[in-house]
Amino acid sequence: MPMRLELRLERSRKLEYLVPVVSVALALLVCGVLLLATGTNPVSAYAEMFTEAFGTSYGFAEVLVKATPLILCGLGVMLAFKMLFWNIGAEGQLHMGAWAATAVVMTGWDGSAWLMIPAMMFAAAVGGGLWALIPAYLKVKLNCNEIITTLLMNYVAILWVAHFIYGPWKDPVSFGFPMTRQFPDGAQLMRFGDSRVHLGLLFALVAAIVLYLVQEKSRWGFEIGVTGGNPAAARYAGMNAGRNMILVMLMSGGLAGLAGMAEVSGIQLKLLKDISPHAAPYGYTAIIIAWLARRNPWGVVLVSLLMGGLYVGGETVQITMKLPVNIVLIIQALILFFVLGGDILSRYRLVYRRGVSHSPPSGGTPSAPPRGDGEVLGGG
Amino acid sequence: MTKARVAVSMEGIVKRFPGVIANDRVDLELLEGEIHTLLGENGAGKSTLMNVLTGIYRADEGTLAVRGTPVQLRTPKDAIDLGIGMVHQSFKLVQTHTVTENIVLGLGRGLAPVKLSEAEEKVRELSERYGLQVDPGARIWQLSIGEQQRVEILKILFRGARILLLDEPTAVLTPQEADELFVTLKAMRAKGHAIVFISHKLDEVMAISDRITVLRGGKNVGTVRTRDTDPQDLSNLMVGREIRFERFPGEEVRGDEILEVVELSASNDRGLEALKEISFTVSAGEILGFAGVAGNGQEELAEVITGLRTPTDGSIRLKGRDMTGASPKQVIDAGVSYVPADRHGVATVGDLSLTHNSVLRRYREKKFARGPFLHLAAAVDYARRLIKEFNIMTPGEGTAVRTLSGGNLQKVILAREITTHHELLVVMSATRGLDVGATEYVRETLDEHRKKGAAIVLISEDLEELLSLSDRIAVLFHGEVMGILDAEGADIETLGLMMAGRKLAEAS
Ligand SMILES: Nc1ncnc2c1ncn2[C@@H]1O[C@H](COP(=O)(O)OP(=O)(O)OP(=O)(O)O)[C@@H](O)[C@H]1O
Ligand SMILES: [Mg+2]
Repeated sequence: MPMRLELRLERSRKLEYLVPVVSVALALLVCGVLLLATGTNPVSAYAEMFTEAFGTSYGFAEVLVKATPLILCGLGVMLAFKMLFWNIGAEGQLHMGAWAATAVVMTGWDGSAWLMIPAMMFAAAVGGGLWALIPAYLKVKLNCNEIITTLLMNYVAILWVAHFIYGPWKDPVSFGFPMTRQFPDGAQLMRFGDSRVHLGLLFALVAAIVLYLVQEKSRWGFEIGVTGGNPAAARYAGMNAGRNMILVMLMSGGLAGLAGMAEVSGIQLKLLKDISPHAAPYGYTAIIIAWLARRNPWGVVLVSLLMGGLYVGGETVQITMKLPVNIVLIIQALILFFVLGGDILSRYRLVYRRGVSHSPPSGGTPSAPPRGDGEVLGGG
Repeated sequence: MTKARVAVSMEGIVKRFPGVIANDRVDLELLEGEIHTLLGENGAGKSTLMNVLTGIYRADEGTLAVRGTPVQLRTPKDAIDLGIGMVHQSFKLVQTHTVTENIVLGLGRGLAPVKLSEAEEKVRELSERYGLQVDPGARIWQLSIGEQQRVEILKILFRGARILLLDEPTAVLTPQEADELFVTLKAMRAKGHAIVFISHKLDEVMAISDRITVLRGGKNVGTVRTRDTDPQDLSNLMVGREIRFERFPGEEVRGDEILEVVELSASNDRGLEALKEISFTVSAGEILGFAGVAGNGQEELAEVITGLRTPTDGSIRLKGRDMTGASPKQVIDAGVSYVPADRHGVATVGDLSLTHNSVLRRYREKKFARGPFLHLAAAVDYARRLIKEFNIMTPGEGTAVRTLSGGNLQKVILAREITTHHELLVVMSATRGLDVGATEYVRETLDEHRKKGAAIVLISEDLEELLSLSDRIAVLFHGEVMGILDAEGADIETLGLMMAGRKLAEAS
């Protein structure tokens, strides 16, 4: 029987939240089949991943470590998405933040953490923010497609960092490894206990609270919501969409920049090549997070923890079961695939085409979104 | 005359939305060769019923039979296969494609392309047969709204529709275009098509339809033959009370000059001159009406006054203050309220709640602010007040305005703008799509407002409305003011001539 898509009328709240959950489950299922095909028992692999990440205190601390940059980047991406600015440049903004924070250290300054950390945070936020400002400005002034500009600028940022760690900032005693020397104590973020969990986690949680207030409660957040919902109405309401876009991207990039600072100052303690995992970079994972989290700050925190678990679990099975680390990437990709598919299905319904049936209607639910008067199949 | 065959019969149709029953056991029978009007207040369920008939909504209960065969409609495609087609109020045409391309869009089967030249021939033939004049090769953006509507009608005729549903087709038409549409409708009737016509304009309804079905609160409260009824009966059926029609401005309450526009010029979106050296003033306690056929600069005029469009020349003063080229925000802050013509596209955000939409232009006011935060409780109270005062039909202030009926959405916008403290109110097509009761209410409100000393610019294509409300009427033609005359005793003939491009001095 041929199938076909039919627009749904009511977009249900339930589906909105059901889709991410089901998507994750389906992704695990499909990946499980792949694992099975390569001769691994998926159930034990997943069990191992899960217990390592969430069942041990060491594992969970590592989950928090991974979640820190994910939350920061995810919040930034979420805010931009809210305004329908498709910022996929968190990875580049993260790199520029890390670079700017490092620049503070590279001045040779060796002060107290009370001064150095705020200075590095500020530099990172500005670095990431300004980097994000470029595509925002190009969009506002020249209407350049931000998907392309933000993506391309990621490569520039990564190469920019590479230039410094291979060149001027390279530690002379690093035996040729591309990295800076280790940061002085004052430039290192405080860690909790003997774990690698650092103060950056606190920044991330504070940022989530702030973003919640901004997005859901503030008048500026209202402007962003209106602009995302209907730009013409925003103009009519006297909102300055261009200025807001610039501000949103400053904030979005600033948050990703902070993530970069937290990584170099809290984890790596130096600037080096893969500050963001090569297989599944934080800045790109953040896009999946923002999408799964339904543009909700608490959702971002929750999903970041899950994704953090995926990273940690992935690393574990890489070691214990000799599975490729790319398993993380595969699961992430599958999740995104199913969420996007699920989002389509939550706006459309699948119908088996039998032609026009000649039986009385049996009731059921409607099938298309009306927008007020007689407008139909708006697709939006 | 042979007995007309039944084209469609709907029985016991029930359609529920969260919190509302839009159609409550509605029966409706359409005959071949009749024009059947659906009448009812805003939110009575007219559009919903038609959407059920085109497979856009699925009825919760009830049965549907087309030409005697019970059917189940799942999608608009099913409806089209059965010869049912609908023209919606806002058109879905690809602006940069030609008329023919739009008409055949989505038709070709599998990989077999539609032969454009053949299609064009058929379009031409159809347009002649039904008096739907339009150039098949023209691109949509070059067409007026009236012509675009013809394309929509051609589109469904092309697909072989014999049952045509038109949802408020005349709301967007000039009187002349409406007359042309009626000629087409009569031609279709003569060919045995069944036509459903929705309109709030009773004179049209009386003139064109064979039978009328009145919906009230989602229920069918009666189907009558047009020749057995009159507008007063219909109003009573619709609203359950009598409606009066009158001219409002009574006493002079004119105060200070509020708005002064001097030799204002502006271009339209395509960069062509849309306003040419327009000058006029509006005083407190005065309604200045702008008449004219759509597309003669009305929209641009409203936008220039409200800061949404920058003038190319001339000046605008509000209470003596220069506002030329001010931003929309500055204009709002200076006390200018604005009801734009485009409800969905400009005046509201469909996915946001009624509460949020009710403070769309007011959220900066102290009343709705708590420091940097939105004072949500105050906004909710305000939205509730609007719902009550303006009798907006909705399950509650939390619903997304996307789900409101056309007329109720208009009420939300009007309510918001009127209740905002302002020096000047700019209103485009105030009562378009409003039912008789709501129209009366809006007119009363505007008049009351005027009496309290508001200055109002009322832009409308509805001469009756302009004559009943305005103190003075200016006529726009090709971006120029043909003249301004007192509404009291203004004669329609003169106005008509001016709308066709005669200057006042020549016309009278
Ligand atoms: N998709 C929807 N979701 C929720 N409620 C809806 C939806 N569509 C319509 N309604 C509600 O159903 C009722 C009937 O709406 P409908 O659009 O059929 O009215 P109408 O008679 O066409 O009114 P108008 O003259 O204002 O166009 C209204 O109360 C409206 O708010
Ligand atoms: Mg309607």
